[in-house]
Amino acid sequence: MSLDTVKHASETPDSEQPWKELGLKEDEYARIREILGRRPTGAELAMYSVMWSEHCSYKSSKVHLKQFGEKTPENDAMLVGIGENAGVVDVGQGYAVTFKVESHNHPSYIEPYQGAATGVGGIVRDILAMGARPVAVVDPLRFGAADHPDTKRVLPGVVAGIGGYGNCLGLPNIGGEVVFDSCYQGNPLVNAGCIGVMKHEDIHLAKASGPGNKVILYGARTGGDGIGGVSVLASETFDDTKPTKRPAVQVGDPFQEKLLIECTLEIFQEKLVAGIQDLGGAGLSCATSELASAGSGGMRVDLEKVHLRDATLSPEEILMSESQERMCAIVEPQHVDRFLEICEKWDVIAVVIGEVTEGERLEIFWHGEQIVDVPPRSVAHEGPTYHRPFARPEWQDALQADDAGKLPRPQDGAELKDQVLKLVSSPNQASKSWITDQYDRFVQGNTVLAQPEDAGMVRIDEETNLGVAMATDGNGRYAKLDPYTGAQLALAEAYRNVAASGAKPLAISDCLNFGSPEDPAVMWQFAEATRGLADGCFQLGTPVTGGNVSLYNQTGEVAIHPTPVVAVLGVIDDVNRRTPIAFAEEGQLLYLLGDTKEEFGGSAWSEVIHQHLGGMPPAVDLDREKLLGEILISGSRDGMIDAAHDLSDGGLVQAVVESCLRGGNGARLVVPEGLDAFTFLFSESAGRAVVAVPRSEELRFTDMCGARGLPATRIGVVDGDAVDVQGEFALSLTELREAHEATIPGLLA
Amino acid sequence: MARVVVDVMLKPEILDPQGQAVQRALPRLGFAGIADVRQGKRFELEVEGPVDDAALARIHEMAETFLANTVIEDFVVKVES
Amino acid sequence: MTARIGVVTFPGTLDDQDALRAARLAGAEPVSLWHRDKDLKQVDAVVLAGGFSYGDYLRAGAISRFSPVMETIIEQAKAGMPVLGICNGFQILTEAHLLPGAMLRNNHLHFICRDQKLRVENAETAWTSDYSAGQEIEVPLKNMDGRYVADERTLDELEAEGRVAFRYLDVNPNGSLRDIAGITNAAGNVVGLMPHPEHAVEPLIGTGKTDGLGFFTSILKKLVNA
Repeated sequence: MSLDTVKHASETPDSEQPWKELGLKEDEYARIREILGRRPTGAELAMYSVMWSEHCSYKSSKVHLKQFGEKTPENDAMLVGIGENAGVVDVGQGYAVTFKVESHNHPSYIEPYQGAATGVGGIVRDILAMGARPVAVVDPLRFGAADHPDTKRVLPGVVAGIGGYGNCLGLPNIGGEVVFDSCYQGNPLVNAGCIGVMKHEDIHLAKASGPGNKVILYGARTGGDGIGGVSVLASETFDDTKPTKRPAVQVGDPFQEKLLIECTLEIFQEKLVAGIQDLGGAGLSCATSELASAGSGGMRVDLEKVHLRDATLSPEEILMSESQERMCAIVEPQHVDRFLEICEKWDVIAVVIGEVTEGERLEIFWHGEQIVDVPPRSVAHEGPTYHRPFARPEWQDALQADDAGKLPRPQDGAELKDQVLKLVSSPNQASKSWITDQYDRFVQGNTVLAQPEDAGMVRIDEETNLGVAMATDGNGRYAKLDPYTGAQLALAEAYRNVAASGAKPLAISDCLNFGSPEDPAVMWQFAEATRGLADGCFQLGTPVTGGNVSLYNQTGEVAIHPTPVVAVLGVIDDVNRRTPIAFAEEGQLLYLLGDTKEEFGGSAWSEVIHQHLGGMPPAVDLDREKLLGEILISGSRDGMIDAAHDLSDGGLVQAVVESCLRGGNGARLVVPEGLDAFTFLFSESAGRAVVAVPRSEELRFTDMCGARGLPATRIGVVDGDAVDVQGEFALSLTELREAHEATIPGLLA
Repeated sequence: MARVVVDVMLKPEILDPQGQAVQRALPRLGFAGIADVRQGKRFELEVEGPVDDAALARIHEMAETFLANTVIEDFVVKVES
Repeated sequence: MTARIGVVTFPGTLDDQDALRAARLAGAEPVSLWHRDKDLKQVDAVVLAGGFSYGDYLRAGAISRFSPVMETIIEQAKAGMPVLGICNGFQILTEAHLLPGAMLRNNHLHFICRDQKLRVENAETAWTSDYSAGQEIEVPLKNMDGRYVADERTLDELEAEGRVAFRYLDVNPNGSLRDIAGITNAAGNVVGLMPHPEHAVEPLIGTGKTDGLGFFTSILKKLVNA
């Protein structure tokens, strides 16, 4: 079978092509023919099919994601917005921080270790490609029921993969979450986030400009990883000297990526690079088309120059390979030698595979024969846009009317005590340290706060103690009840968590995990959630810098709960001033900030005690969240509070138990006037935090709250070795610790 | 090209928790009658040139100084066709 | 007047920056050493830092141990130059036979990261003289292959000669025999341990204590007074 060249394609317009097997629709195939003025070659067909897939082109979500750009709040800190590999914000002192969250959900269900590992690898390369040194990772994870046998297959593999890859790279894992819900049984969510730091002048963009500049592929050798469906093209050239299987699973090599990071940073230091892109989904075809379309438009690549792990790969397969740990750099001719020298120092394979050209075509050759001749923008940026139908599901009203406030409540102190123990020991509320102790949080020596604190925080300047913080949050239960509010609650929670640690929230990245876009109910959830998030970001003044969409998370007809996950990045002038969650000093006064109402829809209490999901989620008041944030930051900076913990799932009691256990001190609480004990302990009203105030600071602190109009209610004192709710019950720290810490190891170890 | 295989196993007195984890899992998966499992490494060496005594001696040295840590591991060298 | 402490970077080394920082905080002059260079740049002592050199492929430390820089280090260590091996560094020292025994996968088969209590058993070595025998310290521990093993004869010898330098307290995090967290050679110039003192040198970071600084002040005192 001969090579399917451009010439051959123009001479054989009626050749049958497997566009359907490659996932294209008839009208999309027709459009490709129209763009090219002929039928596409096999290689071109492969490129379009992958680049126009949902995963790469965002065709179902684009119309809704537009809002993030349209409703961008004014923010001086934004240096690079949506559209690049990752967003970049200014954090002061000449530093820029880049960050992003991404998903690797489906691969993690198939091969948990490698799926999660390569997810970490991919997001780290995105950050590296912006010009930054990666400094921390976070991982929000969602699994099926904690006691389900398949969870025991998936979870340990995912955690080992994240640890195995991240630890070997030398990146501290500073935050994340682990959530269990049966809706994720067949569709675990593995979202990975990364933060990188650089100086303003180091920001690199993914564009190829300057005709004559060289295109260099460097990193690991290229093999048959992730080719999947594209091998249907190779089937025409099948012979038995080839390996019979093309791996469906990509295998990561963190050592290779560590070398790639050090090598790339040295290259950046010597300013040898004009543009750079990492190779992720769709491999070389994506990197070349994106670099070319963002730049001056033309590129020529000679595919036979690529270093292969498997010499039997066809050119189509090389183009589509998703082998890990590879980057593509645009380098001016006079810098090429030095670039290659640095790669050699680090034992990283590097080869010039092409150059930037005049004109506006991406041309790819195989031993001199042309197999690709396309306008790069058509591949990378002009994919189809779907306007999928969306409609509020018929069951939404009934779900919202099923008020959790009507569920049977604990009647006395004994029942309250019993339910508190059940809550703090339930898988979602229990200690996750069995998991987080598998991650290195110390490496690089700059971690100031890590799990189970409200936000992860790293120092970025040893002299000035400038630091950045990140929190990731999401709540699928809230979002199922009301996607618009649920998305805003996720944003509010992450925002609140960053502020609670003492850092000022600056911007966000989002990972939108939803079911099938072909289901109008799911599409409605998506539309509502993005609208909520865009509106919320605008109101809070924290723009969306980038993110990721993962669709088709469903098994058969049953979709996961709509799960928008939000990562908020913040900055703190002096990490010494950060606020931990631990109640470390006896005698300090405990204040509850914000308003507590009877809000139990989607609450942890309703899940643990009644296995119930219904009603409305807590109301959102973003002005209140902003005020609360300001108070928490001022309180932290001026030494008025020694500890702060945001209130979210599990309400006040969960937060108090966590802070007491962390600090090794009990708390004596008094139910405030106007509230009943049950609501006080279990309500999940938003816009609240609990703080520990040194007695000497009480007046200053309460004056500040009063002056700013933030309700601040004294609820007790740090004291003793029990959580004692006056007139109701007392639970010893020993009993609480045992309940809180035994659950996860009991299920998974 | 000829292939020489070097099998490396932990010395019998060394605790092998990986092997034990495999052994514990087998009955759960429906496989009975396995008294013990020990996990090792297998190196497949594609040798350029003939596999004569000199070559085998070299491979033996390679195994002793590098492929195996003789403080805790034993090895066996086998020639395949 | 201060001493030069070299910290080696192999491909995949992760905690070299922290070791350099710890040396600096103790008042020494930190010097970076590259694995391919035989020249030790006139350092007075060497730290083999933690990490995953060569990805821990084959065995942790197995490939690093053959680097050009190690040729010189082995030679000089035998002649009395102080060498400290932390975590992966300890693994390299055992592979290089500068210290006896070997490191295997943690007995529970997971990576573990925790604040670890240790007892200082030997405060006479070049790296531990600023501690006192029996002192309890807390230092971060983070590894996958930290289980120390050696045959009974070797272990008895280590105990009899007082060459166990540190022992795990409260919790043995990896199944190391006799709770051994670190050992020294007979001359006391080569010390290896699994926990990470370089992560316990600033009150803000890590355990919140500075229990690890003693390693670096000890060696500085020894070198400056030599």
